[in-house]
Amino acid sequence: MLAYALKRLGIALLVALTVSIITFSMVYLPGDPAMALAPESASQEDIEHIRRVYGFDRPILVQYFDWLVNAVQGDFGHSHYLNEPAANVIFDRLPTTMLLGACAITFALLLSIPLGVLAAIRPNSIIDRIALTIAVVGQAMPTFWFALTMMLWFGITWRLLPITGTASWKNFIMPAVALGYYVTPGVMRLTRAGMLDVLASDYIRTARAKGLRPMRVLFKHALRNAILPVVSLAAVQFGFMLGGSIVIETIFAINGLGFLAWESIQRADLPMMQAIVLVLSVFYIALTLLADLLNAFLDPRIRVS
Amino acid sequence: MANVSITRAGIPTAEEILEPAPGAVLRRRIFGNTGLIIGATVLLIIVLVALFADFISPGDPYDQVLSRKLIPPIWHDGAKVTWDHPLGTDALGRDYLTRLFYGARISLFIGFAAMIISGIIGTTLGVMAGYFGGRVDMVVNFILTTRLSLPVVLVALAVVSLIGSSLTVVIWVLGLLIWDRFAVVMRSATQQIRNLEFVSAAQALGCSTPRIILSEIMPNIANHLIVVATLEMAHAILLEAALSFLGLGVQPPEPSWGLMVAEAKGLIFFDAWLIGIPGAAIFILVLAINLLGDGIRDVTAPENRN
Repeated sequence: MLAYALKRLGIALLVALTVSIITFSMVYLPGDPAMALAPESASQEDIEHIRRVYGFDRPILVQYFDWLVNAVQGDFGHSHYLNEPAANVIFDRLPTTMLLGACAITFALLLSIPLGVLAAIRPNSIIDRIALTIAVVGQAMPTFWFALTMMLWFGITWRLLPITGTASWKNFIMPAVALGYYVTPGVMRLTRAGMLDVLASDYIRTARAKGLRPMRVLFKHALRNAILPVVSLAAVQFGFMLGGSIVIETIFAINGLGFLAWESIQRADLPMMQAIVLVLSVFYIALTLLADLLNAFLDPRIRVS
Repeated sequence: MANVSITRAGIPTAEEILEPAPGAVLRRRIFGNTGLIIGATVLLIIVLVALFADFISPGDPYDQVLSRKLIPPIWHDGAKVTWDHPLGTDALGRDYLTRLFYGARISLFIGFAAMIISGIIGTTLGVMAGYFGGRVDMVVNFILTTRLSLPVVLVALAVVSLIGSSLTVVIWVLGLLIWDRFAVVMRSATQQIRNLEFVSAAQALGCSTPRIILSEIMPNIANHLIVVATLEMAHAILLEAALSFLGLGVQPPEPSWGLMVAEAKGLIFFDAWLIGIPGAAIFILVLAINLLGDGIRDVTAPENRN
């Protein structure tokens, strides 16, 4: 286990390092970042000034290592637009996005696991068909359109839910559904496939032959084994969600990390953009690492291969 | 068919005689798959609309007539409703049906082009990882993990905003970001093929590696490739719509469906159909492509359905 964990950790660190290089070099995509930042009317002196303020005049390797060393110590640079350390702003906004992501993944799991189990108990039944339809429709629905449609019906036509802000728990219902809905198809399919697989196995037949109650067989024997890959998928999807919440947060005016990212992109706030991409990526890497280790802990076969 | 039992050598059994020809089986599978037929038909219609937008559109997608702005579509009641604008007009008085037709072009073109780019990258990486295994596999896996840990929408938005938005930039950014599923599927498909006899035979004959990959491996994983390609095209269309919706994809006055939703966002209280129509168009197109992809998978490899 320890050897596997160390190897997995080493890979995760390497991936994080590569991501940091990509994130850092993003700023150099336009060629000269100082030129790209400056307004069109800027004079040569203005551009030189920007170059000095942002530190673009130093050798690129020095800039990278400086940035990386600071980032590892929790300093993600300084947002010139907000005139605040980027880290402060991010950790200010992060809880809102985490809360939204947690609500969304809870909604997704509550919808998709029961549906997946029901679909697997009776393949090709009405429930299976309905579950499949939900999956197909869910994958085709543009998130922003789904969010706006919900807003129109529940917020404007029927006036059931507030449409913007984060004042109460009611504000989180629509954003969580909109964000969570997109991951339900994947989780549901995986639950269904896993359950089908497990239900056809010998030990389930044995459990049934012993005369155990069907519910007990289903939940204690089958689901516990089928749920394993679902747990790691849910972890991965949670990471995706934090990145994808940018669309939902801008629509519902939720002051989280996604909204901050969108604002920073609009303002060309480079240190902020870099910091957000880096934080989200590292968070995702940590999540997948955790999911892998959890799986290896629960299923010894993974450790060996 | 596996269940054919041989009773007397040389004489076909009743099952064998009644067994339809392979072509007929395939045809029956294709036409028996409702999703495939619906998806293919809808997609064909949308492609035809996109190709012939110049001829079938009632107006010009850029023509602004401010005196005729915000006319509701024909199923609404109202004095302004007219058959001249079956889906009404937007806030700048542009015919909505025409913009919808031209928008199909943008969605299909970006989706297709981004799919080709990501398909080339992902297939190359996946086939190499699957065929060579070992170190190559490790390196590809590393690149894949790195790519997966970058948040797609965020990186796409940031890159587009830094380079400046244009159709080409959007296509390249999406193409360079969404190759992961190609790589995953092509890798495992190649792993299943590479140890089969005909590949060993080709190696024993002294065929070069590129030749083995192109003429022995590729034809046998082509059906997986087509399925992933349809799904990724749908994915690219959704991402383009999201980027355009956030204002960093296709730029005005181009009639991108995502951009049309964004332009109508502020009118949600008064003219919600302006949001409903282009959103439904994206939904229908993506649904059609997904149904087609799922259908192709069911027809070519029914064992992978679950």
